[in-house]
Formats: sequence, structure tokens, C-alpha cells
Amino acid sequence: MARTIRKVTDLPGFRGFTWLFFAYLYAPLVLLVVFSFNATRSGTVWSGFSLTWYAKIAADSQIQRAALNSLTVAVCATAIATVVATAAALAMKRGVPFFGKKVTGGLIMTPLVVPEIVTAVATLLLFSAIGLSLGLGNIILAHVAFCIPFAYLPIRARLERMDESIELAARDLYATPWQTLRTVTLPLLAPGIVSGALLALITSIDDFIITMMVAEPGATTLPLYIYGMLRLGVSPEINAISTILLAVSVMVVTLSHLLTRRR
Amino acid sequence: MPQAVEIIDVVKKYGSFTALHNVTLDIRPNEFFTLLGPSGCGKTTLLRIIAGFEDITGGTLKLFGNDITALPPDRRPINTVFQHYSLFPHMTVAENVAFGLRRLKMPDAEITRRVAEMLEMIKLSSHAGRRPHQLSGGQQQRVALARALAPRPKVLLLDEPLSALDLKLRQAMRMELKTLQQQTGVTFIFVTHDQEEALAMSDRIAVLSEGRVQQIDAPQVIYEHPATRFVADFIGDANFLTAGVEQLEDGRAHCALPGGYRLIARDAGAARPGQRVSLFLRPEKLSVHDGPVEDGIGMTVRTIVYQGDATDYVVELDGGITLRSRCENRINGDPILTAGERGFLRIAPDAAKTLLD
Repeated sequence: MARTIRKVTDLPGFRGFTWLFFAYLYAPLVLLVVFSFNATRSGTVWSGFSLTWYAKIAADSQIQRAALNSLTVAVCATAIATVVATAAALAMKRGVPFFGKKVTGGLIMTPLVVPEIVTAVATLLLFSAIGLSLGLGNIILAHVAFCIPFAYLPIRARLERMDESIELAARDLYATPWQTLRTVTLPLLAPGIVSGALLALITSIDDFIITMMVAEPGATTLPLYIYGMLRLGVSPEINAISTILLAVSVMVVTLSHLLTRRR
Repeated sequence: MPQAVEIIDVVKKYGSFTALHNVTLDIRPNEFFTLLGPSGCGKTTLLRIIAGFEDITGGTLKLFGNDITALPPDRRPINTVFQHYSLFPHMTVAENVAFGLRRLKMPDAEITRRVAEMLEMIKLSSHAGRRPHQLSGGQQQRVALARALAPRPKVLLLDEPLSALDLKLRQAMRMELKTLQQQTGVTFIFVTHDQEEALAMSDRIAVLSEGRVQQIDAPQVIYEHPATRFVADFIGDANFLTAGVEQLEDGRAHCALPGGYRLIARDAGAARPGQRVSLFLRPEKLSVHDGPVEDGIGMTVRTIVYQGDATDYVVELDGGITLRSRCENRINGDPILTAGERGFLRIAPDAAKTLLD
């Protein structure tokens, strides 16, 4: 009996196609994670569960250094970017109108669409032109720039939904503009700020292209280290580090998403 | 004794749009004063100007004799109840009420005492630890009132505070607000577009239209003696007729209507014989009868609208004039006449009022 097709999910093969789509998206990741727990070096033959590779990377001081570098860069860049993004969002939404306000709003977001390689080369050229050599500082400065729009988006979205009359109520009840910011605006904005900070954090931790351009010798971050290891061939250690990086990313993004949803 | 609030020649422009045209009005101490008008008339703008949320383009604002034109909102002893309450969602009920007191650097013991007293007043003492979202609309409304009254402001501003409540609660809150104003002795400035609300609660009403004050008077005066056609039309129901003035006598105009009718209208004011004027009649001053009555005018009923406590009749006089009459349903809701039937219309003495456009 022919089924009546009322909506897209009634189309023949819809279920199969959906499975195929998700397999396409996630099969490589699943394989990476599964083989990070493989007992032998093989990346194709499963020979039993083991945490060997995790133990190995835990004992590797170079990996630890790279991880610490990544974390230092991410935390510093996130802190600076979040403060700037919060100030920018407040100025754009609550500030007085000024000439070119719309354009400014767009300019804050453009780093999101500028091809990363272009930003990377431009940053490299600038840094070498002015002779900037601050070790991890170079990477932090470069990361702040692209972290700002990521932090800005959720903060701006939160501010968009916030009723301005709540802040007026604080002013009406004898709070100065600064007291209003501290006691009402920032506490209400907090979920957006945290969410923005987490997005910035994850963007910084994951960044490769810009980091590779501006990193000085010795200032190796985790993605750079993984890339370096790959040149010596695929190894289960890479699977293990990547799995950890993946887990951290998923956790942070989930947290950010939950915070954005909360009212 | 100076006036509570003096608004002197206040002008507010947004770019080329003028929201308020040279508004001048005085609000007396301990008064329940209402700013009434349709949306866009400038009433909320005026309230925000008094609160200090908006700068003015020109004019002066005085509070009990002191010029407050240049003061920011946090330095004006005036508090506001916002239309959607605008409670601080991240604070408890008690913290909300204490907010203004803390900013005024009151001693902690005094704050605790004052908050308890305010919560007692709004009968929400048991909800002190709740967050605003755990309260009903009516309860949030009362917290907003307590929060605004706690610092004992010289003037309380209320921006359509009842508009978000359902009908029954709105009617109950009208009484509560009026009682609260009398108990506290605070000057209330109330903004609304609801004429019933304004008539029920106010000591005086200012009717605004398109940024201009149309009339400032007690509710009965506004209703019975509207100064302009706008006020007559905006407050309550009204019949408007165009008539020619034949002669004047004791401030009354003897007018001629189309179809040969004659009507004596009060408040002739500046009307002159030979001039054409608008006459205004409240529907409840016209009564419908199924038999001949003294001064009755022959007519035919065109439409009947049952309103519960009253019935509205649209009637056509033999001369072609159409009028609306409202008759109270004192005994039962059965209509006196049905559509198409002939009867008599009686216009109460002094029902008609002259209006100069």
C-alpha cells in the first residue's frame, strides 16, 4: 500500500539517508576515539581496550608543556577578549547613538568571516614589521583579536533580550550609573558573559592557522604539537590527545549552550 | 505651600518630531493626578521626563519649589512603578524592596524594619525570600509598589501599572491604589489610556492629545464639561451634532438643528448668534420610550446593542438625525422597543453642551 506523503519525513529512504548523513559526520571522530583506547599501535585492527596511550601522553613532558601553553594562551586571550566584548556590547546596545554605529556593529563581527589564512598572514606581517617578540604574548595578542567576536555574540544576544527598564528602575531607586552596572546590568548579563567567554576559550584552544603563523620557536601550543607529531606518522598518542581535546571542546560548548538558554 | 510638581513650558523633541508642545501644568501635594490620553499623546514621555529618564528640549521642572530640570534620576526623590513592574529578577522580594534604601545608605536595622513594614503593607511578608518569577502578576505588581514606596518618595509615578492585569484584578487594584495614596499621603502621578480607570481614581485628570494638554480638571468636570471636542470624544460615549446658534440667553445657546428641531445647549461660552457650533450629548441623557412623554420626539429605533447593565439604542429622528441613547436595565434586560419600531426620545434638560472646535 502506498503511503501518503504529507511531510518530508514520509519520503522513501528518509530514515536511511539520515543515518548516512550522521555516519558521514561522525564516523571519523568515532574511529579516532575508539582507536585511542586500542591495546596495540594499529589504527585499523581492534585488539582490546587499554589506556596505554593516555598513560604515555600523561608522562610526556613536551605534550604537557604544549597543553599548558594552550591553556595559558586561551585563558589570557579569553579574559581580555571578554572584557572588550562586554564593553563593546554595552556601548552598542545601551550607548548613545553615534555616526557609523551600524557599521561599527558590523566591524565587530567581520573577523568571523575574514578567511583565517588572510588574518594569519596579515598578523604575521604586522608582528614582523614592528618586531614584536613576546613569546606566548604574540599568540595571546593574535588570539584576542579573533576571540572578541565570539565573546561578543552571546553577550549581545543576552543584552538584546534584557528589558532596559530594569536598569532604569535601578537608576530610579538612587543607583548611580556605575552602581547600576555593578548591581543590575552585569549580574543579569552574567550568563551571556560566561557563555561568550567559553566560546572564546574553545576557539582559542582549537586555533591552528593563526597560531602557526605567529608562534615563535618554543611557544608551541597543543594543536601545533599534534601537527608536528603527525609529520612523523599517525600514532595512537595523537588519537588520545585529540580525544581529550574533543572531550574538552564538547564539554565547554555544551556548558556555553546551556548558559545561553537559561533565562 | 509650593506645588508638588510644576511643569513649566516643557518642550520635548525627537529630531523633527515634537512629542510635547509647551506643556505647563501643576500637580498639587497629596494629589492623585492622572495623565490620560491615547497612545502617542505624550503622557509616558511626560512621566519619563518627571522621573528623569529623558532630557527636555526646553522648559523647567520643579519639585516642591526646587528646580530639578538638570538632576539625573538617582538624585530625584521620585520613584516609579513601571508598566511591566521591572523587578530585579536576580534578587528576592525583600532585596527588591530594600534596593532603594541601600542606595540611600540607610542603616541596616532601619532597612530591615522598613522592608518588613512594606511587605506587611502589601500582605506579602511570607514571600520575602521568593524571586519575582515565583510570584503572580498581581503579586509582582504589589512588590513593585512596595519597592517604589519604601524610600518614601515625594512623588510616586505609575506608568499604566494595571494594564497587564486581568479585569477583576485591575478593578480590585484600583481601589487598593486609591486607598494606598490616601494612607501614605504621597503625591501620585498616574499614566493611563483607560478613561474608566482615570475617572475612578483621580482627584484631577490632565487629558493629553498629540503632545498638548487639552484640559485639566476633576473627573466630573472632564466628563460633564469637556473643554474640547477631543476630550468629549475620548472620555465616554458621545453624540455630536452640528447646529446653528439662533440666540444666546444666560450662557445658553438656542440652536437650530436640521429637520426643524430646536435645542437649548449649555456652556455657550464664546458662541455668537449665526455661528455654527458642535453640540455634544451623552447617550445616557437620552431616554427611549414606547409611549408619548413630555418633550418626547418621534423616532424610529434602528439598532439595539445589549450591554448587560444597560441597553444602547441607535435611533433616527423623523428629521433624519441619528442619535445614540443608553438606557439602564433597571428591571430586566428586555428592550423597551425593538429595531424598526417607532417610539419617543426624550432629551434631558441641559443634556446638550456647546463645543467650539
